Amino acid sequence: MNILSKRYYFFALSLLLIVPGLILLGVKGLPLSIDFTGGSLLEVQFEEGKTPDTAAILTVYEDAEISDAQIISTETGSLIIRSSFLTNEARDTVLSALRELSGSEVSVIKFDSVGPSIGRQVTQRAALAIAVATLLVVVFIIWSFRKVQNAFRYGVCAILAMIHDIAIIFSITGLGAFFFGWEIDSLFLTALLTVIGFSMQDTIVVFDRIRENSNIHRRLEYETLVNHSIVQTLQRSINTQLMTVEFLLLALAMFGGITLREFAIVLMVGLLSGTYSSIFVAAPILVLWEKQEWKGWFGRSANA
Amino acid sequence: MIRNLTNRIIFIVLILALALWVDFTNEVELINPVTDEPLFTRNLEPRLGLDLQGGLQVLLEADVPEDQAIDAQSMEIARDIVQQRTDALGVNENVIQIAGDRRIVGEFPGLENTDSVLATIQQTGLLEFVDTGTVSPEPGTILVTDYSPTGASVEAPDANTPVYHTIMTGAELESISVSQDTLGTTYLINFALKSDGTKIFADHTSANVGKFLTIVLDKQVISSPVINDAITGGGGTISGNFTYESANAFAVQLRYGSLPIPLKVVETRIIGPTLGADSLNKSLIAGLIGMAIVASFMIIYYRMPGVVAVISILIYAAFAFAIFKWFHFTLTLPGIAGFLLSTGSALDANILIFERLKEELRNGRTLIQAMDLGWTRAWSSIRDSNLSAIITAVILFWFGSTFGATIVKGFSLTLALGVLISLFTAIYVTRTLLALFLKAFKPQNLDAWFGL
Repeated sequence: MNILSKRYYFFALSLLLIVPGLILLGVKGLPLSIDFTGGSLLEVQFEEGKTPDTAAILTVYEDAEISDAQIISTETGSLIIRSSFLTNEARDTVLSALRELSGSEVSVIKFDSVGPSIGRQVTQRAALAIAVATLLVVVFIIWSFRKVQNAFRYGVCAILAMIHDIAIIFSITGLGAFFFGWEIDSLFLTALLTVIGFSMQDTIVVFDRIRENSNIHRRLEYETLVNHSIVQTLQRSINTQLMTVEFLLLALAMFGGITLREFAIVLMVGLLSGTYSSIFVAAPILVLWEKQEWKGWFGRSANA
Repeated sequence: MIRNLTNRIIFIVLILALALWVDFTNEVELINPVTDEPLFTRNLEPRLGLDLQGGLQVLLEADVPEDQAIDAQSMEIARDIVQQRTDALGVNENVIQIAGDRRIVGEFPGLENTDSVLATIQQTGLLEFVDTGTVSPEPGTILVTDYSPTGASVEAPDANTPVYHTIMTGAELESISVSQDTLGTTYLINFALKSDGTKIFADHTSANVGKFLTIVLDKQVISSPVINDAITGGGGTISGNFTYESANAFAVQLRYGSLPIPLKVVETRIIGPTLGADSLNKSLIAGLIGMAIVASFMIIYYRMPGVVAVISILIYAAFAFAIFKWFHFTLTLPGIAGFLLSTGSALDANILIFERLKEELRNGRTLIQAMDLGWTRAWSSIRDSNLSAIITAVILFWFGSTFGATIVKGFSLTLALGVLISLFTAIYVTRTLLALFLKAFKPQNLDAWFGL
């Protein structure tokens, strides 16, 4: 099985998956949740048939001096009202006004309110967390491959594969935001960091095999060696990823509560991408680097 | 192969029994057989997170400029005060924790009425200077005073309880500082008063030399010094056997009412109880379905090693759950997800080993050689790959702690611990069990037993 010879097809496939979602994100902007932007989300349930209409609720909010409220109704008949940061006093005012308006008991299913300053700090800290995690893992890879030639390349390729996975996640989130109203919240961040960790895990398993084989088959051509290593680890990758982790997450996405659905799907796609990228992105780039193929990309011949 | 197989099996059975015992009991009690006194008790009731049982979470932040440093001790005092105040509300299992260096996160499971909690947390303590005449109450005594913030008159709860007169409140204080006395042996608290306070204080102290002036915080006596001289200069000192720490702590209480740092609510999250219960049932069912599929796959594909792996994963789950219970982990949805993912990691280690084992068998090695090679050769990738997962989990945990994001913390903690335990089960338990199975069944037809 010669996987590496088709490497440019795989690169093209990745781009095909990444670009549309990212364009969508670029046009629409990042769908950041109130965890990052600050603001309030109030989910309320009225007694059956007593749910007031949207305009009346907006008036209630305007009376409480909040003019940016947005209302959507859910499948279960509850209402989700998003607005700028609500203090607890403002929330109580709004709730009692809603009770009066509808003449119904109003039960709070969920209420999240995040102050604007905290949102900004969470965003900064999240970016820092990702950066530190990435850096530590690269240092770790370079250290653990220190006895192999060009250890630095392995670190860089692992990072490229990881960036690929992050791009895939953002792409799917862009699509999800467009079609299902997904948001980037702190659970998304958790999923993202997990994917980073497991993306590294997969890449390391493949690289570890290359490390081992390069000690055994010293005379083999590099491309053949890498291809051989990929084929050897392929069975494990498929079994671990598709058969086990994906099954667990699929069950979580299908039967788990609504709270975890988006989280499970993002993880599922991300982990799948993590396996894919270690085989079809990280390893091919290693070969590409070894052969310095970019010299032939722009029309000049490789021997020039 | 494996030497002292029997010892290994005894060891595994022992810790498994211990783990199962923790898994299925809700309270551990060791009783001294001689005296019949309990030596050690530990409540093991599993604790459900807010996302599973509903409740209120508030994030409080020090209401001071962002560039102003806050010392850890004040945060600690503020946390204690918030804890004490909210304990009095009668909420079960409220958890108050410091998050980062300027935030406190409070969690109140099962509570939906936020008003009382928030009002209680944010109240500033009421400091009063009370005329107790010739009586010097012990610190900690609860006094009835005639001051009330609303101006309503205060009546004694019964005829025997005296109502003391409040001369003035903490609102009259201008500034507070701590100094050492001239001998350098004890510490003093110096206070300066505003102009109204200066006059009230001067009048009172000149008329009452030799009597006690009691300092009361939230109706509780802090100290009860005697008035030595009339104090007319608009300031004074409080002496009492203060150490450096106690003088500072007291000064802090005087300065800010009782909270050493003003706190503001920067984040509130309420989860209704129905949403929580729904999530718990569904994710548990989802977890079970997922596990069932994975187990059948492992057995069909890897045959005997697959069976061993499934047993080993079950043992792993028993270990992990026992550890979570023992250390009072709060069970949250992302925590369950983290646990499922670490199960994936445990499976991955098994799969890496089995694939390697099959490969060595296909290369014509004997079963014994293949077993040894499978483990030694798979080890480097298992180690390296799991370490990278642990690195990210640690960073996630750090991120979660700074913002009181308990769900993120729950996820990273279960993931990291799960990965560590999975390393142990894959390397130790699976291997021992496989050796045991081989000994018991002595397989001849490797194709059928190993699914080559």
